[in-house]
Amino acid sequence: MIGSLADLLRRAWRHPSGRWGTLVLLLLALASLLLPPFLADPAAMPDVVAGATPPSAAHPFGTDPLNRDILARLVTGGRISLAIAGLAVLVSLTIGTLVGLAAGYAGGWIDALVMRLVDAALAVPRLFVLLLLLVVWERIPLGALILVLGTTGWFATSRLVRGEVLRLRREPFVEASAALGARPWRTIARHLLPNAAGPVLVAATLGVGDVILLEAGLSFLGLGVQLPTPSWGGMVLEARPLLVSAPWTALFPGGAIVATVLGVNLVGDALQAALDPRSA
Amino acid sequence: MTRWLVGRTAQAAATFAVAILLLFVLMRIAPGDPLSRLVGDRGFSAEEIAALKARFGLDQPLTAQFRTFLAGAFRGDLGVSIEHYPERVTGLLASRLPATLLLGGTVLLLNFTLGVWLGVRQAVRRGSRFDRWTTRLALAGYATPSFWLGLVLVAFLSLRWRLFPAGQMSDPLLTADAGALERALDLLHHLVLPAATLSLTSIALTMRHQRAALLAVFRQDYVTAARARGLPERRVLWNHAWRNTLMPMITLLGLWLPILVSGSVFVEAVFNWPGLGSLAASAIAARDYPVLLGTAMLVSGAVILGGLLADIGYALVDPRARPA
Repeated sequence: MIGSLADLLRRAWRHPSGRWGTLVLLLLALASLLLPPFLADPAAMPDVVAGATPPSAAHPFGTDPLNRDILARLVTGGRISLAIAGLAVLVSLTIGTLVGLAAGYAGGWIDALVMRLVDAALAVPRLFVLLLLLVVWERIPLGALILVLGTTGWFATSRLVRGEVLRLRREPFVEASAALGARPWRTIARHLLPNAAGPVLVAATLGVGDVILLEAGLSFLGLGVQLPTPSWGGMVLEARPLLVSAPWTALFPGGAIVATVLGVNLVGDALQAALDPRSA
Repeated sequence: MTRWLVGRTAQAAATFAVAILLLFVLMRIAPGDPLSRLVGDRGFSAEEIAALKARFGLDQPLTAQFRTFLAGAFRGDLGVSIEHYPERVTGLLASRLPATLLLGGTVLLLNFTLGVWLGVRQAVRRGSRFDRWTTRLALAGYATPSFWLGLVLVAFLSLRWRLFPAGQMSDPLLTADAGALERALDLLHHLVLPAATLSLTSIALTMRHQRAALLAVFRQDYVTAARARGLPERRVLWNHAWRNTLMPMITLLGLWLPILVSGSVFVEAVFNWPGLGSLAASAIAARDYPVLLGTAMLVSGAVILGGLLADIGYALVDPRARPA
């Protein structure tokens, strides 16, 4: 597993998108790790009367309508957005892999039933499921938001894993493992899971980008991360009335979303190309 | 073919039924019932709340509630809107549908003409500067939140430079005796920004798909054979190679609908475009469950229908895709 995965990563790194994406993500990670000690308190409002001030030496990205430092809020909000996206994808990856393995391995009516349900769930666009789930909350706690995002994102992963399992089950080495008397869980852990890891990794990477965009959109609609906790989508929402008089309040958080999602998607693109070199 | 068609349609109908069941369960497993969120702490007495529950059937067992809901849905009755009381949800959805179809249709047309053309050019000039830069730009567009791009376009192109209207579907100052042409031009003028926003953030999908499909076809022997016969490259490209990418592109049409409807929620909200998306967005603030549920059902039905039509299209184009 380590061998094939390392090989995949090496090939992805050779792809220019992979390097650019990694570079962007590294820069963003460094900024969010190293900058905080030098930044203002993201909640401090040093001069509320002054309101939104343009970028200056004291506030490199300017201040928002409440005179809070935009760079500090971007960094804090970015940590929250990335943590939400990472954890939510981890949740959906775990559920999707388990369901896909179980359905693919069990086969028969269990597989048919689970896949019918997944088909139906995939027919309802995820955003609308989230809208229905999230409107019941006055203020949703971050943990619940992660769970809601995670439990609505596993359908496609389960279908992917199931497909891989069905493909691999007919391979001689898997049949040999069963013939040699290996227990089902051993076959799954030693042979099925490692060989399905590549496509799952690609789907997970692209899933992180999707969830960042989705969370930003939900926060923009007031359903995601709740104000005054900073989030990139929430910052765009707060900036909406000042688009003309103070455009920097909207440009920086939006730019942060674009840079992050682009970085993640470039890496996903390179992984995809490494997995299937002919499509590059 | 007929048997296959009947079977595939029945499957789509079954999927829709399960989707409706899932949506209904979803509404009920959420913490609290719809009423408690609405009533809040406005000082209703216990008797009044009980009366309201009885009025909306919330005191019935879940199975009975689902039966009532399903029976209503079959008659085309999805309940009454809370925000637009006493309008019925079905009427609201019907009145908002044309605007969404116009916007969605325009974006569909843009992405499947411009996007396809760009993808073809990229595949032909694979690895060129044009290929690399259009790919990067499209990926950047795909990484851009549509609500933010919409706001930025409004800020600069509408509010600052006054090139396009900032929202709505028509100019309220347009006089009643304006001609059809004038009205059409006005509508087109209002359509530019929302359509551009949705298209820029999603065109990467069609473009990348077309590029990959064409590259796969270029490796086929019949393309090499066509070139070997000395056919002009134009004919090889469009008549021999591109034609054979139509099928994967038809599949994409089915996959693409959920992205379009989700994107239109944000874009319509930003541009006050009077469609289903802005209806859903304003239903959020009003906690208008019936409208949200109705929109979700309509959208799911459209997605399932899109998948069905894509499969039928596929079967029509490629006889191998329909099992006898």
